[in-house]
Amino acid sequence: MMYPNQKFSLFVDPNNSGGRKARRMISNGIIYTILIIISMIWILPFLYLILQSFGTRYEAALIVPKEFTLNNYRALFDTSFTMNLEGEAIIIAKTYPFWRWYLNTLCIAATVSVLNTVLTLISAYSFSRLKFKARKAYMKLILVIGMFPGFLGMIITYFILKQVGLNSGTPALVGLVIVNISGCVMGYYVAKGYFDTISTSLDEAAMIDGANKNTIFWKVIMPLSKPIIVYTILLAFTGPWGDYMFASVMAGGDANLFNVAVGLQQMLGKEAGTSYFPIFCAAAVIVSIPIMTLFFCLQSYYVEGVTGGAVKG
Amino acid sequence: MTTIEYLSLPAYKKFLYKLLSFFTAIPKAIGNFFSDKVASLFSKLGKALVNYFVGIYEIFVGGDWKTKTSFFVMGFGHITRKSLIKGFMYLIYEIAFIVYFITAGVGSFAKIGTLGYFSQTSQYYDASIDQYVTVTVSNGDDSLLLMMTFVLSIILILIFIFLWSVQVRENNELENLGKIGRGLTDKDTIKSLGGRNFHKVLLAFPTLGLCVFTILPLIVMILVAFTNYSSEYLNPRHLFDWVGAYNFQKLFGIAGDGGAAFVYVFGQILIWTIVWAVFATFTNYFMGMVVALMINKKGIKFKKLWRTVLVTTIAVPQFISLLFLSRLLGDGGGINTLLINAGVIDTPIKFLSDGLIAKITIIVVNMWIGIPYTMLMCSGLLMNIPADLYESARIDGANPFKMYTKITLPYMLFVTGPYLISSFVGNINNFNVIYLLSGGNPMFTNYNGNMIDPGKVYNAGRTDLLITWLYKIVMTSVNKDYGVASVIGIVVFIVVASFSSIAYGKSNAVKNEGDFQ
Repeated sequence: MMYPNQKFSLFVDPNNSGGRKARRMISNGIIYTILIIISMIWILPFLYLILQSFGTRYEAALIVPKEFTLNNYRALFDTSFTMNLEGEAIIIAKTYPFWRWYLNTLCIAATVSVLNTVLTLISAYSFSRLKFKARKAYMKLILVIGMFPGFLGMIITYFILKQVGLNSGTPALVGLVIVNISGCVMGYYVAKGYFDTISTSLDEAAMIDGANKNTIFWKVIMPLSKPIIVYTILLAFTGPWGDYMFASVMAGGDANLFNVAVGLQQMLGKEAGTSYFPIFCAAAVIVSIPIMTLFFCLQSYYVEGVTGGAVKG
Repeated sequence: MTTIEYLSLPAYKKFLYKLLSFFTAIPKAIGNFFSDKVASLFSKLGKALVNYFVGIYEIFVGGDWKTKTSFFVMGFGHITRKSLIKGFMYLIYEIAFIVYFITAGVGSFAKIGTLGYFSQTSQYYDASIDQYVTVTVSNGDDSLLLMMTFVLSIILILIFIFLWSVQVRENNELENLGKIGRGLTDKDTIKSLGGRNFHKVLLAFPTLGLCVFTILPLIVMILVAFTNYSSEYLNPRHLFDWVGAYNFQKLFGIAGDGGAAFVYVFGQILIWTIVWAVFATFTNYFMGMVVALMINKKGIKFKKLWRTVLVTTIAVPQFISLLFLSRLLGDGGGINTLLINAGVIDTPIKFLSDGLIAKITIIVVNMWIGIPYTMLMCSGLLMNIPADLYESARIDGANPFKMYTKITLPYMLFVTGPYLISSFVGNINNFNVIYLLSGGNPMFTNYNGNMIDPGKVYNAGRTDLLITWLYKIVMTSVNKDYGVASVIGIVVFIVVASFSSIAYGKSNAVKNEGDFQ
């Protein structure tokens, strides 16, 4: 890309072409070296993580553990499995109910991804296609509200959810879903940018054929917007997995209501030392698997969304 | 400085000049915002409102008895003119509004001045047992609930005025249609929901969510900034009260027991937040672009492999990488142990326990997390640059570096302007990277090297951002001072608003030149 096509060799001094070739070889060689180093920097920590998840205990001095075991994985799920940590026999799955956190996060992520996608797309469509009176003002309002840190209102949101009884026990998870989807009209930018690129003449043609706005949305716009739909679902699904702030407020210290991010952070907390590290690594592998699978299946859509989103803001 | 003088400066001075002018523009931009934009907005709004209500007055004077009645009974005109659904909905809103005000609204207006009369618990001295006894008052007030009811009342009043005026105008329209023998029925109402009023159907639910769970909490929380609400006044057992600008004074050390230490901590955190946002945004952006350029370079093989390697790391949830690295980079963590064993160092490097090193570590780790993402974004965009630009540059004798600074960079900055702004704002509020990596540690020390009492500065640490500090005040500090938390939130808003308003202005100026369109 950076260099001209071969047809431009016409302009290059033929005596010098050998020198150019050598220079290019050297520069390519440097780039290969850098790329290999970069790949190692990015991949090795994860290899280390996977290896450690099979270790019997954490030994910082060893890259590859001495003995391999599956106990760390078993300890996460088996409530009758006792593990020996720092001279104490602990049932990990009871003190740190990882399977519960996993289930919580999965349920929340699934619900949020469906609701969030629907709400985001219909908001984006409204802002892109329905030229109603307050459109510009509404978008400006969203811009201003977005400048406040989202966490600021969380104390009051928690209070509101408490008034309707959604703050403790399993209902708190419903509360967390509500918190996650409540501001989704504010995430309309990327999808709106995509809808803007779809030609309005399609709408007009459908309108002449007697379709109303509702039919146009479902029958004309939606079938053309597969990449952005998949992208929105993917982002909405992965969001709750990494949410720490809101999940920790809603859980209020109840270990059964944690999501994986809060739970694993607590597990690695200061007093636990490094003895939980292999178990954390095992949990990390299990958490990463569904998201990675999803990512690799939908990679092309993701790339399209990222590139489009960057341009349209 | 004139244009000629500016153009004759060397490149680095030009850059410094631009940087300086950016920061000096901040106060001016804020001033302009209030003097020009806000003032003209209010005068425009005022005129529009006056015209609107004069129109409504004329409707009252010229209308028939049905229209006149609907000034008092909302929807009366609609119901008597066969538009039943709309009419009854207006009527129901009016009734609900009145009921709400009789039961809760009026009370909140009366009590808002003191945030309640009686607390839900009261203490009295019982001489027979020589102790203070706490009793619960059944109908005591709840300050926070009161404040929320008050804000809700104001919102409902505004909605009421809006709906009332809309239904009056609709009545007028119906009356006029009636005069020429036509009308609007329920059928038309339903039909318009699929066409002219489709946005109301689509946006109803998202807007409701936004109002109840984002706007209402935000307004109440901003009001909390002017109260002494904290865990000392644990709601709802005790009442809290208005304290004016006390919390703002606390931030600047004028009031409260934080004193100079608090001002110092606040200043440090504010500066670090901005420094962090600048570094985090631009290191990722430029390094990601460089990696993308290397992978996309002609003659480099296995393009897909390199890209897949980096994309793998996007697929791993961020919090896992962060928690993992926080352990690995600890004083006794994997990296230090390996380095000591290899004989590279003798004493552990304080990756996360020394203020300055921790800040550098955080920025580097953020690069590790963010570069794959920007690489992905940039490599998509780099392919869009017209290849003939490079070809003609080569013919003119430009070297690769020149081509990068004169073609690639301007193009990329041009198309990714909005992305840079939003990622800057995102980094100011980047909670996860800081909190999961360093937890805001190490703690602050004063000039003697003694630790500043964490209780006085609400557990603030040297690597805390404003947003993690806010979180700590609300969640982990002993005395949860919600008032100060709210003030910090407002500071974040001011920082974000001033930066993005200037940046949007600049990026619009770029757009107008239309170089690449």
